[in-house]
Amino acid sequence: MQEELIAIKGVNGGLLIELSTTEKWQMVTDHLAARIDEKAEFFAGANITIQLGARPVPKYELSSLKALLERRGLTLSLVQSESETTRKSASALQVAIENSRGWEAPAPAPISQETAPVNPEETGTYGTLFRRTLRSGRTIHSEGHIVVYGDVNPGAKVIAAGDIVIWGKLRGYVHAGANGDESAVVCALDMSPSQLRIAGHLVTSPPGKRKEVMPEVAFIRDNQIIVEARD
Amino acid sequence: MAGKVVTISSGKGGVGKTTATANLGISLASLGKKVVVIDADIGLRNLDIIMGLENRIVYDLVDIVEGRSKLRQSMIKHKKFEDLFLIPAAQTRDKMAVSPEDMVKLTDELREEHDFVLIDSPAGIERGFRNALEPADEVLIVTNPEVSAVRDADRITGLIEAAEKGPGRLILNRIKPELVKKGEMLSSDDVFDILGLSIIGIIPEDELVLSASNSGVPVTLNTDSKAGMAFNNVARRLTGEDVPFMNLEDDPGFFRRLVRLIEGL
Repeated sequence: MQEELIAIKGVNGGLLIELSTTEKWQMVTDHLAARIDEKAEFFAGANITIQLGARPVPKYELSSLKALLERRGLTLSLVQSESETTRKSASALQVAIENSRGWEAPAPAPISQETAPVNPEETGTYGTLFRRTLRSGRTIHSEGHIVVYGDVNPGAKVIAAGDIVIWGKLRGYVHAGANGDESAVVCALDMSPSQLRIAGHLVTSPPGKRKEVMPEVAFIRDNQIIVEARD
Repeated sequence: MAGKVVTISSGKGGVGKTTATANLGISLASLGKKVVVIDADIGLRNLDIIMGLENRIVYDLVDIVEGRSKLRQSMIKHKKFEDLFLIPAAQTRDKMAVSPEDMVKLTDELREEHDFVLIDSPAGIERGFRNALEPADEVLIVTNPEVSAVRDADRITGLIEAAEKGPGRLILNRIKPELVKKGEMLSSDDVFDILGLSIIGIIPEDELVLSASNSGVPVTLNTDSKAGMAFNNVARRLTGEDVPFMNLEDDPGFFRRLVRLIEGL
């Protein structure tokens, strides 16, 4: 009975444990634990490869198996599986994984050419996304565009060769088109920068609280920075 | 027992870190918690004065770290509370005498036998602040409703986040409700709007704090003081209790009543 649930083989530098792909997970792992405890000396310190075959093993199950081995001083060094679920679980747990048949799974297929822009004008330009609030004393640079999903607080600096988009409150220092690109723009949901620069031009926010807050865009027209509402 | 290490920090000096630390220490002790307060402001020690323990200092933080004294004998017991201890800063050395690792080691030892280890951080963002930040489980950021203090609070919040010590919670100190009403002082909403931190306490301006600090009897021991009550509430919130915020505007206070009376004449 036990032999059907698990099979253990010695492979170079460690042990290969094959787990039944059909019996209940709990039963299989209980048996494994019992077997290890029975022959603790045999297993001691071994690198373990687990072969799971086609069984889909969710993360919590794989994690409990990993913990079961670790409690006994064993390292789960490799998982072999053909199941996509198991592969995801393994990579989430940072356990190495390979296909049971011994060859590496092919890399995920590259995005199909059909979905790539057909019209070359649709090609985008590169930027960097910052998904947090930038607090005083922080500076971010980019040779492309910058998008901040969060606020830019007073004392923080955002400097980009391209455009700057702030999905939040802009109260710090921004410099778009920092390499001299006068076509660069700055957008913000609440535009109150301490200083706003585009290429070689500079404006500061008028003092005092603004009554109405709305998304605005700053750009250069006739050699000066214009800030316009976008609604 | 695995106690909690709470660092009280601000960035800017003079906003009330040390006063807050002393009062929270006392409040927590009066709630029956075992508390150690550590003055990490080496070279500029103050916490002992505010707690009224200045003349009992024999050994200090640097003595402990450098092995000249045992931890037990260096902890100064508070006059009133059996379970409240102070580890004072050294006055004759500077912040470089202690490393962040030393602080982690020390607090790990203190954690064993106390519910709370409060660390009074020095102002600034240099070594002293790093020493206070490294062992923290939680950071309380003290600020005043002033643009410069809020700016510095924002700066250290960024550093606290970068050190993965959580966003921290805010103690808004020295609020004057009547000035806020007139629009002459930043309100708690304004401060929240800038910092985006959750607020653990709003402490009203209170003259009793000053006299209390000078006499070494922290204001939380004075039941008449609104600031004292507010600090008590912060301590209860630290222990996980859900305490509603005091309404600072309901009771105008004696002075305000007097002004109203005069204005009414």
